[in-house]
Amino acid sequence: MVLDSPVLEVRNLWASVGDAPILKGVNFRVMPGEVHAIMGPNGSGKSTLANVLAGHPLYQVTEGEVLFRGEDLLSMAPEDRARRGFFLSFQHPIEIAGVRLDQFMRASYNAVQKSRGQEELDALKFDRLVKSKSKLVELDPTLIRRSVNEGFSGGEKKRTEILQMSILEPTLAILDETDSGLDVDALRVVAEGINQLRTTDNAVVVITHYQRILEYIVPDVVNILSNGRFVKSGRRELAFEIEARGYDWLQETEDRVGVGP
Amino acid sequence: MATPEVISRETGLGDSGYKYGFVTDVESEVIPPGLNEDVIRLISEKKNEPEFMLEWRLRAYRHFLTLVEQEQVPQWANVDYPPIDFQKIVYYAAPKPKVTLKSLDEVDPELLATYEKLGISLEEQKRLAGVAVDAVFDSVSIVTTFKEELAKHGVIFCSFSEAVQNYPDLVKKYLGSVVPYADNFYAALNSAVFSDGSFCYIPKGVRCPYELTTYFRINYAESGQFERTLIVADEGSYVSYLEGCSAPQRDNNQLHAAVVELVAHDNAEIKYSTIQNWYPGDEEGKGGIYNFVTKRGRCQGVNSKISWTQVETGAAITWKYPSVLLQGDNSIGEFYSVALTKGYQQADTGTKMVHMGKNTRSTIISKGISAGHGSNTYRGLVRVNSRADNARNFTQCDSLLIGDQCSAHTTPYVEVRNSSAHLEHEAYTSRVSEDQLFYCNQRGMSTEEANALIINGFCKEVFRQLPLEFAVEATRLMELNLEGAVG
Ligand SMILES: Nc1ncnc2c1ncn2[C@@H]1O[C@H](COP(=O)(O)OP(=O)(O)OP(=O)(O)O)[C@@H](O)[C@H]1O
Ligand SMILES: [Mg+2]
Repeated sequence: MVLDSPVLEVRNLWASVGDAPILKGVNFRVMPGEVHAIMGPNGSGKSTLANVLAGHPLYQVTEGEVLFRGEDLLSMAPEDRARRGFFLSFQHPIEIAGVRLDQFMRASYNAVQKSRGQEELDALKFDRLVKSKSKLVELDPTLIRRSVNEGFSGGEKKRTEILQMSILEPTLAILDETDSGLDVDALRVVAEGINQLRTTDNAVVVITHYQRILEYIVPDVVNILSNGRFVKSGRRELAFEIEARGYDWLQETEDRVGVGP
Repeated sequence: MATPEVISRETGLGDSGYKYGFVTDVESEVIPPGLNEDVIRLISEKKNEPEFMLEWRLRAYRHFLTLVEQEQVPQWANVDYPPIDFQKIVYYAAPKPKVTLKSLDEVDPELLATYEKLGISLEEQKRLAGVAVDAVFDSVSIVTTFKEELAKHGVIFCSFSEAVQNYPDLVKKYLGSVVPYADNFYAALNSAVFSDGSFCYIPKGVRCPYELTTYFRINYAESGQFERTLIVADEGSYVSYLEGCSAPQRDNNQLHAAVVELVAHDNAEIKYSTIQNWYPGDEEGKGGIYNFVTKRGRCQGVNSKISWTQVETGAAITWKYPSVLLQGDNSIGEFYSVALTKGYQQADTGTKMVHMGKNTRSTIISKGISAGHGSNTYRGLVRVNSRADNARNFTQCDSLLIGDQCSAHTTPYVEVRNSSAHLEHEAYTSRVSEDQLFYCNQRGMSTEEANALIINGFCKEVFRQLPLEFAVEATRLMELNLEGAVG
């Protein structure tokens, strides 16, 4: 049955930038309908993991295997990953001067539609689609006529990422610190927006430093990444514990069981 | 418009992505290569020209000879190319038999097929409301549509040869009045040997009801193309004119040395748009058109306006500085340019705005894009003469780099002899970053689609100036040109 096969399966993933290894054997599996949280100290490799899965050319995978909906993810071009339903909400969304957000989103949407042999939309129809989706994240409608992310506030950038997620309806969305920089109300709006996009078939991986967003998007699994590998896995309570105690106690555990580099 | 088929794959000349590289099998009437007074007399004779034309050509030729003797072949532009042997060029190649054509039905079907391949089906163009087409094939004007309807408004739109026959007074009055034959090396050569081109006259108070369009095509292997365009907008008139260009894919370099002259009288406006897609040479830089063109407009009357818009994607080498002489008080000059260089293309292009009258204004928006080993130079001059009170200029020249083997250069010259002048200059260079491309990829776009999106965003201020259907064509052309050019 479809429900039984994982959306994402990461096996012993090692990756580096230049000569420096950053991911050192990451393992995890995401099932349809699940929400995973990934927490971990600054520099532990959370964004690197997200970028490697999305296919950023800067990172070299040196070992390991990743299956996305049963297919070999690592052999696909980044755009093919996206077209098959892989979405990454960037920790730092990129600015593109001169390209209007609505044009960018339409090019994106149509590229994905085309690859699936589905209807591409003209500007008028796409506008309608965007309008209906914008409500979800309460996005200022004037924003989509501006250059992609240029001069956007931190919160505006994050809402825009979620708007794109809602338009592309991915099977797997990795949200890299989408909650950082959002005020309390915005966090609620964005989180509820994300919740509305959840189905039994898709899955969400939330990378965060705070348990707060997990109050809205309740995770099935919380994984702690430290120094390039998962050092602890737990339920939602683990997030509370991290927020209360920090990461040092995990480091000790890690040293004690001798899984250091 | 019809979509051009992928023709380059059939030519056996490599797959450089150039879609217009086919050769049309039409019988041509050719004067053998080489240049001397007899050739010029022969050209003039074949065209049944009045005496004043022949004399003008000969004066131009003699001037050209002095330049050659003084070794004044231009060398100053920021481009690199081997010396041209002017004796190896064919100066006249006309599709045969040359008859005057009354309708499209009389045109050689091969020619029409060529235009179909170019995506500019004349049949279609005819139906396309608001577009009148003149097509110059090698050196001779093939057909002009809409002529009769234009005539009702008193608009003259015909080939240069016809104008010489039917409107010699107008030709005599304006030919060389903006670009004299002694203006520069290639203007002298063009004046001596030009074989055809377009002529356009808009009478007083007439707003030309159609976009006037000319397509230039070099077909014959050894021929140079030396066409000449002259547009005169009489008082209070308006015209929008567009030229498109392409050439077959060949291993040798071919010379295109055109001259365009525009004259705008009181309260008249000329909008001149170019989509230039000459064959750029193959991926190693072999072959391609040398595009050495002199374009200049004279805002002769008060409140007159001349606006140049150019999209330069083709040619191995382009030198081109469409300029405006702002003579009339309150006259306006504009220059909007997109120049794309990829492979081993070189472009040295820009404009000259010469402020002579009072309260004259000029705007320069130049967008240079370099990819591959392309080299792109903006060279511009803004001159404000001593009597030009309250002159205003705004210049913006931006460069976009794709990859790290291309280059962009900006060389703005400013000469101000009047202290009331107000000049603004902005420039920036940006590079399409890996992160930008990755961001687009992550949203499902291929790298080519991403580049096209970013480039179109970069060019939109210029594309906005084009008539709508040509803006669409320009966008498509950029995409075609970028296929495989960036990685
Ligand atoms: N492009 C890069 N070049 C050099 N080092 C890199 C690069 N990307 C990541 N790193 C290094 O890899 C390590 C992990 O970085 P990463 O951004 O994945 O951390 P993170 O867990 O997302 O941290 P944060 O919580 O601060 O976002 C860091 O030491 C970082 O400096
Ligand atoms: Mg991070």
